[in-house]
This record gives sequence, C-alpha cells and structure tokens, in this order.
Amino acid sequence: MRPFHCLQGVLNPDRQDFLSNTEDAMDIHEYQAKQLLTEYGIRISEGGLAYSPEDAVQRARDIGGDVWAVKAQIHSGARGKAGGIKICQSYEEVSAAAEELLGKKLVTHQTGPAGKTCLRLYIEAGTKIAKELYFSLLVDREHERIVMVGSAEGGMDIEDLAANHPDKITKIYIEPAVGLRDFQARKMAFALGLETSQISPAVKLIKGCYRAMRDLDANMIEINPLVVTTSGKLTVLDAKMGFDDNALFRQQKISELRDKTQEDPREMAAADRGLSYVGLDGDIGCMINGAGLAMATMDMIKLAGGEPANFLDVGGGASPERTEKAFRMVLQDDNVKSMLVNIFAGINRCDWIAEGVVHAVQKLDMKVPLVVRLSGTNVEEGRKIIAASGLPIITADTLAEAAEKAVAARNEIVAKEQG
Amino acid sequence: MAILIDENTRMIVQGFTGKIGTFHAEDMIKYGSNVVGGVTPGKGGQTHLNRPVFNTVKQAVEQAGAEASIIFVPPAFAADSIMEAASAGIKYCVAITDGIPTQDMMTVKNFLRRLPEDERMVLTGPNCAGTISPGRSMLGIMPGHIYKQGDVGIVGRSGTLGYEAADQLRDLGIGISTSVGIGGDPINGSSHRDILEKFEQDPETKVVVMIGEIGGPQEVEAGMFAKENMSKPVVAYIAGLTAPKGRRMGHAGAIISSSGESAAEKVEMLEELGVTIAPTPSAMGETVAKVLAGL
Repeated sequence: MRPFHCLQGVLNPDRQDFLSNTEDAMDIHEYQAKQLLTEYGIRISEGGLAYSPEDAVQRARDIGGDVWAVKAQIHSGARGKAGGIKICQSYEEVSAAAEELLGKKLVTHQTGPAGKTCLRLYIEAGTKIAKELYFSLLVDREHERIVMVGSAEGGMDIEDLAANHPDKITKIYIEPAVGLRDFQARKMAFALGLETSQISPAVKLIKGCYRAMRDLDANMIEINPLVVTTSGKLTVLDAKMGFDDNALFRQQKISELRDKTQEDPREMAAADRGLSYVGLDGDIGCMINGAGLAMATMDMIKLAGGEPANFLDVGGGASPERTEKAFRMVLQDDNVKSMLVNIFAGINRCDWIAEGVVHAVQKLDMKVPLVVRLSGTNVEEGRKIIAASGLPIITADTLAEAAEKAVAARNEIVAKEQG
Repeated sequence: MAILIDENTRMIVQGFTGKIGTFHAEDMIKYGSNVVGGVTPGKGGQTHLNRPVFNTVKQAVEQAGAEASIIFVPPAFAADSIMEAASAGIKYCVAITDGIPTQDMMTVKNFLRRLPEDERMVLTGPNCAGTISPGRSMLGIMPGHIYKQGDVGIVGRSGTLGYEAADQLRDLGIGISTSVGIGGDPINGSSHRDILEKFEQDPETKVVVMIGEIGGPQEVEAGMFAKENMSKPVVAYIAGLTAPKGRRMGHAGAIISSSGESAAEKVEMLEELGVTIAPTPSAMGETVAKVLAGL
C-alpha cells in the first residue's frame, strides 16, 4: 500500500537526520482520526459523514451556521491542492461540491498518477482561522523514539518549509520509559508561538495526541493545520493517523477502520494469501523468496534492460499451493510478457519448489515464457524435476543469467506481437 | 575467532518445544552448534532433543551456563522474551521472529540501554536469518552447507540475499568468518555500523561485505564509520534500484520515505565514503575477490 503521509524531509532535509514515519502502516481517514482523537480530550470542529449530496446538505443543516467545508475522504495528504476540499456558503454550494467530489479520482503527489477515488465526504463547520500551525508525532527510526515535531508556520507547504527553513521546525524526542513530560509539551507549545492563555490547552492537546499514539500503536499522528481561531481557540482542522500493521493483532478497533477501497486490490488479495506483492509498471513478472533477494532480482532485470511487473516475496516454506497462488497473482497482470522465478532455498527445498512450479504451469495453462533459477538446498533434485517435466521452462544457474534470459524472452514476445 | 559466536558458545533456544523452534534447533545441533537446552515456560524439567527444558532464561543461564539465545517466540510475546534474555545475563541474542510491533522494539531498545555498553546484551534481528560462523557454529535458520569457512565478514538485512552472497563467494573459493543478519525491520537490535565495528576488531576478518537496501539511514552511517574507524575494506551492495518511492518492498523497513533513502543515493554516498560498490547483485562475489586480491 502507498502511505499517504510521506512526510519526507519534513524533519530535516540534511542527511544525518532522516525521519521515516512510513514503515508498515495502515492508514485511516481524516474523520476517523478526528473521532479517535476526541476520545483523548482533543477539540475538533463539529462535523458529520456523507455518502451523497442529500446527506451532505443534511449534515450542513445539522451543523448550522453559514460556512461549511466539504472534504473528500481519501488516504492522501495535500487534498486541498488537488481540489478535494471545498468551502461552501450555502446549501446549494454544499450539494454541488458533494456532487462533484463523490466518485471523483483525486490525484496528489502522494497518491501517484492513478489517484484515489473519493467515496465518502466529511462535512465540517467552517472555522475562522487566525493562525495555522503544524504539529505531528512520528516514530523516528534513527533515534528509535517517538519524536514530536512542530512549527508556528503550518498549512499546506510543510514539506517545503522543512527543506528551505529547517530552523522554523522544532523537534523534541520522547524517552519511551518516561513518556512525554509536561515540560516538553510546554516547550512545544511555546515553540508554536502561542499566547500565554493558549499554552495550557495546547499542553492538553499535545499530551492527548501522545497518549493516542501509545495506546493505539500509531506510527504517526499529523495535525496540519492546527489552527488558532479568531476567538483564540485551538482547533484541529485536519488530522491524519497511520498505524503499525504489526500491532493490529492487539488493536481490534483500529483494524475495523480499514477502508479497502483506498488500497490496491491486488496487494490486498496477496496479503490475504500471505504473500507480499507490490504491483509495478513493467512487464516481467517475478516470484522470489525473500524481500532482499526479490529487490536484487528486480535490479538485475533492470540492468539487463527490462522492467519488473511486480515485487513478490513468496516467503519461506513455499508449498505447491502457495507457489500456485503466487503464479496466479503474477499472471493476472495482463502486462506480463515473461516471468522469472528465483528461489534460493534455505528452509525451502528446491525439489519442492520445482514440483510446485511444474504443477502451477500445468494447472494454469501458462502461455508466457517462464525462466526458473533454483539454488541452495536440494538444487540438483529440483533441476531434474524441471527437466523431466517436458515443459518449455527456461532454466538458469545464476542470477545474472536468469535476468538476461527473462528479458530476452520478453523481447522475443514483444517482437512477435509487433511483427 | 570469528565474531559473536564460535564452537564454544553455549546456546539456548527460546520457544524450544514449538514446531519452528524444534525444526531449527535440530538443524543447529546437526551443524555442530553447542545447544545446551531451551526455554518453554511451563515445560521446565522436561527433556527435548536430548537437552533440558527450562521455565526461565535465568535458570538456563544458572544451570546450563547459557551465553547466547535464539528466539522463535510469536510476535506478540517476542519483545518480552528478548528482555527476559537481557535481564538473565545472556550476552548475545538473535531474534528470528517477524512482525514485532514497532513500539515494542522501542521499549526493547530502551531496556537494553539501561546497562553500560560493555555489559549490554547484543541483539541482532528481529526478522532476520541469524548468525553463522561457518565450520564452527550456527545460531540461525540459514542453510549451513552453502557457507565456506574463511576470512570475509558478511552483514546484511536480508536472509536469502545473504545466501546468494555466500554462494557466490564459495563458487570463487572464498570463505566467510561470520555472516550476520540484522533483519528487515525499521528498528533493529544492531545496525550495520555496530557489526562493522565487531568485524574491524576480529583479527580473522580481512574484508567485510555489507548488503543493504532502500530505506533508513543505516548503510550511510556504516559507511561513515568505515571511513573514520576501519582499516579493513568494505564492499557494499544496495538492493532496490527499481523500488518506487513510498512503496514498502516486503521488509517493513524497506521503504523510501526521505531523501537519501533510495538505492542510487546510498550508492553515491557510500562511494564518496570510500566503500567499494558491487554494481550488481550477481557481482558481489567477484567484487570481493578483486578487493581481496588487492590486499
């Protein structure tokens, strides 16, 4: 899945100080994040969810007032720039905005060119903004701690701010055993440039976010912008949360918030089958055991002049059933012109893998050329099984040879198609 | 010599009597590792694979003289097992378990830091293939037979890509002092840099191969350490030239989310730091051979 909260470089563009907040994350929508945060005593504007223009108008009526924000709920930041947030001053405008946004594909720099489809809207009371601030909590890989990040200059261009004015960003690291202390929250509140009367509510908000982060196994909470209203109150205008996939076993409530319409269906299907799959733009399908070897094999394909169609780590203990599932995953991509299997058997045995490959090729009546490279435990037995199958499987002994043969097979197919 | 483990290292298996623990403990014993027992809470006093089972790691340390442990405990309980090993006086721990929550690993790292560095338990992993000192001892899940004994150190995140390197070296007649898997998770016990430091101190190791990948700052940090503190040459390969930004490539830590985290950027920075780059994954062996020939 593509994390929507690539805050790359928000923290420090200089290379000694990376911040990665995007490891193994499950994302949720803005309205879900806001609901979670209210349980930690954090103030949000009044709002409601809508699935149709009629819903949207009803929510606006319920909220009252004369200004509303109609906000597309997609798993991406930078929605404003992509036209995903409309400020409306009448019910007609709310209805028209909802009509336009529902079903629309929004493309931001975080969604990639395919974009994400908006199927839900969040209708929120308009806020009279005096000042926009930035606040987030993230897991910092390098320091192995949660870091608090804030800036008095919030709004849409926080990534640019980080690149051009890193001095305007304050970072405070939190000791896991001690937790976030009041003095740290106060330090952040003052760094946000707040007035004396706003410090105490800000400390409450910051501590609430930290508790949510710890309790819910979040990887990141980003409030951008955090606003000061014209009446001097602090309000969360936009909120994003990402969660650690590895911790979902103990976060039932969070797991239930998953919105599968925002995720790549192929990757979801693979995850359901216990495979790790990432769809890419090339045309050489891959099945490899181990994430590192998979990346390395894809590199070899590229160096041999080809482009991989996917990343697929079939994992340890690749049974014939698992191998067949992996073949199905790879071959459902119509772009695939040839396929490369590269297995270095450790716990696996090459003879089992070979049996699985032969079985899958026969069962799926495979049409595209297949290159198989086996190495490691029981490699001779594995090669014999492939040779004895009588199938037109191309074999290779080394990684380089395998990649070259897969690219050559692909080129032959493409030449035939064109000629 | 080698680093971290040798034929004398007294090892235990945490999660000893489970299916996976049993399978790999048998393999380690067959390889010649000095497995002195294992821990499964509630099964203390039993015998498994002709070795004693203990209820706690502390008992295994006191009664069997355990110095090193390997963890096959499920993700929900693995962090606890690592901390149990550390508090019982285990010196070196390999965590094989994949899927430990990030915040649990933050707690583990914080717990390990409570002791001064020279008394601290060394942890490698989680989500790794373990450590092998070929011909001597194996504390891991790798196919031991592909590793030839020798004088090249290997440190890498990936299991199978490490096998690939060992295999290429063996085909060229080059052996390995120790191969260490540090795992594919974003927060891990030891970094590339930590392991380079150990190889630098090992008289037997002449060259070190670092097998890195996209994501995180560790490879470049290790390169800076090598430039400033190492007399031995370092050869590196960084996997993931084709990996698009923002997509996680299998390993939890393998994601480009910041500048400097792509394979191309890491390669460029490592070259500037004097690290010899293996241009392709199939050239890891020959690149090491060239460096060895130049010594």
